[in-house]
Amino acid sequence: MSTPKKLGPLQFILLAIPCVAVLIIPYFNKLEPSVFGIPFFYWWQLVWVPLSGVFIAIVYKMVVPAGSGD
Amino acid sequence: MNVVATVVFVALFVGIAVLGFASAHWRKGDMNHLHEWGLGGRRFGTWITWFLIGGDLYTAYTFVAVPALVFGAGALGFFALPYTVLVYPMVFAILPRLWIVARKHNYITASDFVAGRYGSPALALAIAVTGIVATMPYIALQLVGIQVVIGGLGFSTQGLMGDVPLVIAFVILAAFTYTSGLRAPASIAVVKDLLVYITVIALIIVVPYKLGGFGNIFAAIPKEHLLLPPVKDGNLGLQSFYPTLAFGSALALMLYPHATTAVLSAKGPNTLRRNWVFLPAYSFMLGLIALLGYMAYASGIAKMPDLAPYFKQYGPQFAMPGLLLHYFPSWFVGIGFAAVAIGALVPAAIMSIAAANLFTRNIYKAYINPECTHAKETDMAKLVSLIVKFGALLFIVFLPLTYAIQLQLLGGILILQTLPAIVSGIYTRWFDAKALLLGWAAGLAWGIWAASLNGFKTSGYALHIAGMVIPAYIGLYALVLNFVVAIVATVVIRMVGASNDADATVAADYAG
Repeated sequence: MSTPKKLGPLQFILLAIPCVAVLIIPYFNKLEPSVFGIPFFYWWQLVWVPLSGVFIAIVYKMVVPAGSGD
Repeated sequence: MNVVATVVFVALFVGIAVLGFASAHWRKGDMNHLHEWGLGGRRFGTWITWFLIGGDLYTAYTFVAVPALVFGAGALGFFALPYTVLVYPMVFAILPRLWIVARKHNYITASDFVAGRYGSPALALAIAVTGIVATMPYIALQLVGIQVVIGGLGFSTQGLMGDVPLVIAFVILAAFTYTSGLRAPASIAVVKDLLVYITVIALIIVVPYKLGGFGNIFAAIPKEHLLLPPVKDGNLGLQSFYPTLAFGSALALMLYPHATTAVLSAKGPNTLRRNWVFLPAYSFMLGLIALLGYMAYASGIAKMPDLAPYFKQYGPQFAMPGLLLHYFPSWFVGIGFAAVAIGALVPAAIMSIAAANLFTRNIYKAYINPECTHAKETDMAKLVSLIVKFGALLFIVFLPLTYAIQLQLLGGILILQTLPAIVSGIYTRWFDAKALLLGWAAGLAWGIWAASLNGFKTSGYALHIAGMVIPAYIGLYALVLNFVVAIVATVVIRMVGASNDADATVAADYAG
């Protein structure tokens, strides 16, 4: 079984981006722009849920070699 | 009584019970070993692990409590979103390392790891006791979800007779957990999650359609509820409480014994890494569930004559069941309510197994009967899982509900204080065990004191510093204190040469 690579600075930044995005309250604590009637505060945090999965997937691809088992 | 909904509900519940008992034979292993009963033989692949962790962390109580909080408190209730966004990026690297070292040394619990890493039974005992104490009220709270939906079916949940359906549900839960161990919640989680997804998707499409779109729903909510209030006179208010509550809760989540149990039952470290990619699907659903709180508010169901009595009895917790009752035919109400009730059984089973593993490994075997055989160890864990559930049941039947809620809130603060020992230990052996114990004690003492200031009703503490008031999650402030004490004490203990460098693990045990 090949061993996954260690996380480097780039991977840490990629993992940190979704975390920072949902903690910067002053940036998203507002009603506009709303989408389909959903205020910014709500859709911004909702959108970051699937986006966090995308960022994690990118890091996974970078550090786990294909076919490295369970 | 709602006959059609009750028939569907009971049929699904019986089906689940049969599945729970049958799962003992699923990928059968030697059930005389604790890692078979208590960890499913560490053989669950990517999909089963996804359902198991999802069913474990996103509990029935969550489905009832999150919309209730949004319904009652507005924007603050949405903290569940940043909370669950933060979890998976943070644990990406940490938990696979724990899995690898646990596999190597056959560690079943986080306390097993701490005992091995630091050669300190005392520190391991502290971690184990904290885990058990934090888990008990959590199990009790799962019963609340069941109670609310049984009430929604039209049965009285008051008086001793009112507790009968709850007792039946728990006897079934206890029996299949006893025979099948972790395999039972793992197989049930698959069915439960499908029911939950169907229910939530139906709610999120039908209700906004009937209410004329999200624009109308949000327009009906008072403006001051929609956003976190602005900073006023140097008091950050919810603007600091909201992110610290989310961050602290995210840190605490994976320290809970039931989370460790689900994580260690995975087949391998890459199974976990893949899961971090796909588990946010549950968080997205949780976000949609949170919005149900606003839909319940906008629809005015709390004031409708047929539903008002329920809201009077169960408060905002009836928001989600109320929407189902008002907008859906009876047969679908049965499915939705079954999703909540079965959704309570899965985490309750895993939590009781996790608490039983902790007691057996880190109290019974460590202090009472070190020579016990594998079979004896497993028997003890099965017995303790029964006692733990019985305790939770007594808790709900005989004590006011507010006690369970307050203890669960306190449990989050307590479990967070095990972070320095467990998470630091996964990376470094720099800390001294005695110093970690001191830090843990300081964090616990301050955390309990701070929570007592507001009668254990909320988990915030307002720090006054440099003319500012910074309210934040107590658990996080306590964790900072915990780390400071542990670092200072480690340095002092090293200086006087009293450190204990025992370590059953080596660097190579963590890689893979």
